[in-house]
Amino acid sequence: MADNVAKFGHDDASVVVVVGTGSGGGVLANELAQRGVKVVALEAGGRYLPEDYINDEWDSFAQLSWGDMRTTSGDWRVARDFANLPAWIVKAVGGTSIHWAGASLRFQEHEFKAASTYGPVDGANLLDWPITLAELEPYYDLAEKKLGVTRTNDLPGLPGNNNYLVLEKGAKAAGYSKVSTGHMAINSVENDDRMACQQTGFCFQGCKWGAKWSAAYTDIPRGEATGNLEVRDHSHATRIEHDQDGKVTGVRYIDRDGTEQFQRARIVAVAGNSIESPRLLLASASERFPDGLANSSGQVGRNYMRHMTGSVYAIFERPVRMWRGTTMAGIVQDEAHHDPARGFVGGYELETLALGIPFMAAFMDPGGWGREFTSALDSYENMAGLWIVGEDLPQETNRITLNRGQKDRFGLPVPNVHYDDHPNDIAMRNHAYGMGERIYRAAGATRILPTPPYPSTHNLGTNRMSENPRDGVVNKWGQSHDVPNLFVSDGSAFTTSAAENPTLTIVALAIRQAEHIAAEMEKGTL
Amino acid sequence: MTATPKSPSGSDVRGLTRRGLLARAIAAGATFAVGSGFVAARDAAWAVETAALKPETMAALIQMARDIYPHDRITDRFYAVAVKAHDTPEQAQMIEEGVAGLNLVAQAQGFDTYLAAGWEKDRVAMLRLIEHTPFFQAVRAGLVTGLYNQKEIWPVFGYEGESFSQGGYIERGFNDIDWL
Repeated sequence: MADNVAKFGHDDASVVVVVGTGSGGGVLANELAQRGVKVVALEAGGRYLPEDYINDEWDSFAQLSWGDMRTTSGDWRVARDFANLPAWIVKAVGGTSIHWAGASLRFQEHEFKAASTYGPVDGANLLDWPITLAELEPYYDLAEKKLGVTRTNDLPGLPGNNNYLVLEKGAKAAGYSKVSTGHMAINSVENDDRMACQQTGFCFQGCKWGAKWSAAYTDIPRGEATGNLEVRDHSHATRIEHDQDGKVTGVRYIDRDGTEQFQRARIVAVAGNSIESPRLLLASASERFPDGLANSSGQVGRNYMRHMTGSVYAIFERPVRMWRGTTMAGIVQDEAHHDPARGFVGGYELETLALGIPFMAAFMDPGGWGREFTSALDSYENMAGLWIVGEDLPQETNRITLNRGQKDRFGLPVPNVHYDDHPNDIAMRNHAYGMGERIYRAAGATRILPTPPYPSTHNLGTNRMSENPRDGVVNKWGQSHDVPNLFVSDGSAFTTSAAENPTLTIVALAIRQAEHIAAEMEKGTL
Repeated sequence: MTATPKSPSGSDVRGLTRRGLLARAIAAGATFAVGSGFVAARDAAWAVETAALKPETMAALIQMARDIYPHDRITDRFYAVAVKAHDTPEQAQMIEEGVAGLNLVAQAQGFDTYLAAGWEKDRVAMLRLIEHTPFFQAVRAGLVTGLYNQKEIWPVFGYEGESFSQGGYIERGFNDIDWL
């Protein structure tokens, strides 16, 4: 931490309070601080830096993950296999930017116009984004620069590891051409005072070299160094208060000693990921806002998206050792476009993924046992694997609600996460499983294992952006349609999920939002 | 295996000498030696003391662990470690009743007990009949971490664990595949 870290009083009503410090909140907090805006960032988790990260899957999971009680419902398999762990995300300063694999892809133009491109889809609550790719492009430029994305700004691509080389061989043999080691926020060379990737593996457990971008050791300390940012860790936001004019006045939170505090605020920005963010707004219901804050549309918590996902692991005659090197080492993008002739709308990416033995045992076939299961693990050394990530459709009934029958350690209702697969998700997943199988067969696989979705890492859409206040929670700046000094600054503001990993877009939106907030504050309109 | 009997949990098993073990043991199926307060390998290569569970119950759990996640290159010692977490006063009743239920299933199939069934095929058929019970699910779920998170068995799978302490794989074969 810098020497001149700011300390703001609880009664200082001039500060912007940012709830959450991940790719959304952490970046917003720093970008505001760089522009001279005073910020208090509340973070529920603790502070961990590269020297603290643990290259052991379960120990790291215990250190970093958001393990607070949650409940699940719906027909997704996660509700059966991981009933109290719907999401695999991080509770720490820096948030899930510690855990992410680093894939940094821009959305495609048509993905900002899902409703008008795909047309009506039964059961889907599709909507066009209130912004276009062209409007976001300058911020994608800034985000790529900030994150040090490979194959942008003259940064070379990463070298491919064994898992990638198998994917590349199979994908090219299967007729795919958009196959590469991708656009990764992992240094291929020394950059931005961070060293280059040492191909250590364990990208999901926090990069011990700092080669992968994380807000934890970039934006957060840089924001603190301005003297304008105070990060309060172990501070769990419980409620946003408002005045009689319907403007927010501050945030209640439980501090590290378990004491309730109230931080006054000029502006509040919510960035607690797509489960906690709507939970906080719903929990802030009042006489004036009986259905929750910012919820005149009734859309808070709805349209929960988690990407259409799944994995394909394949076993070969000879060793692959997929765990060596970058976890997400390569990508096939030939299926990312929209082509309804495939039997579904939207598209998907295929990205290499590797798990260690402990997580492979937990995630390969949750609930599975017997020799069918163990014979696959016995060939672990000869395994290659890929992860499928595709656009899933917003559905009003896929939603975060407050489960009043289950209380957390503060006595507050836990969030329930309901998700039913849309038929489009199922059709796309089956297509992707088939293509994954084709790729690995072409590379000579002797056995192929379609693997169900893991607990969600991409949680999106539960406070979505909309042009019309009737259709969503926030406008194109992430500003509440109902409460002018309340913003949403994480993936919950996504109108639709697109096929791409969301972090780059979260960062681009956060930079754009910071610019907007600072300008409006300057003008005195906020 | 080491010649000195060792508790997989690292607890003190002095007094459980090889000769002592075998002298005090009674048969429990063909696989394990079971005595007062302990389960041991038939050759006494390892032993595990029991606290809350009957030794026969612990022996059944160890066999059950192997039948659920059979890895032929992993010795019983690791399965014993994996199920030891169930040997607590809190879990004892559920586990004892679960194993008793499993033995009833065995008797319906013409065996004295689950452990008395010598062939894996017969035991797995019994487990298939109880796989939806909370007892089976508790044992299976416990094994996912209890077994596979034991670092000592990772080399059996070729898994190398952390590499940070050796500088990662950048100079050590991250792209060494030579058969593609």
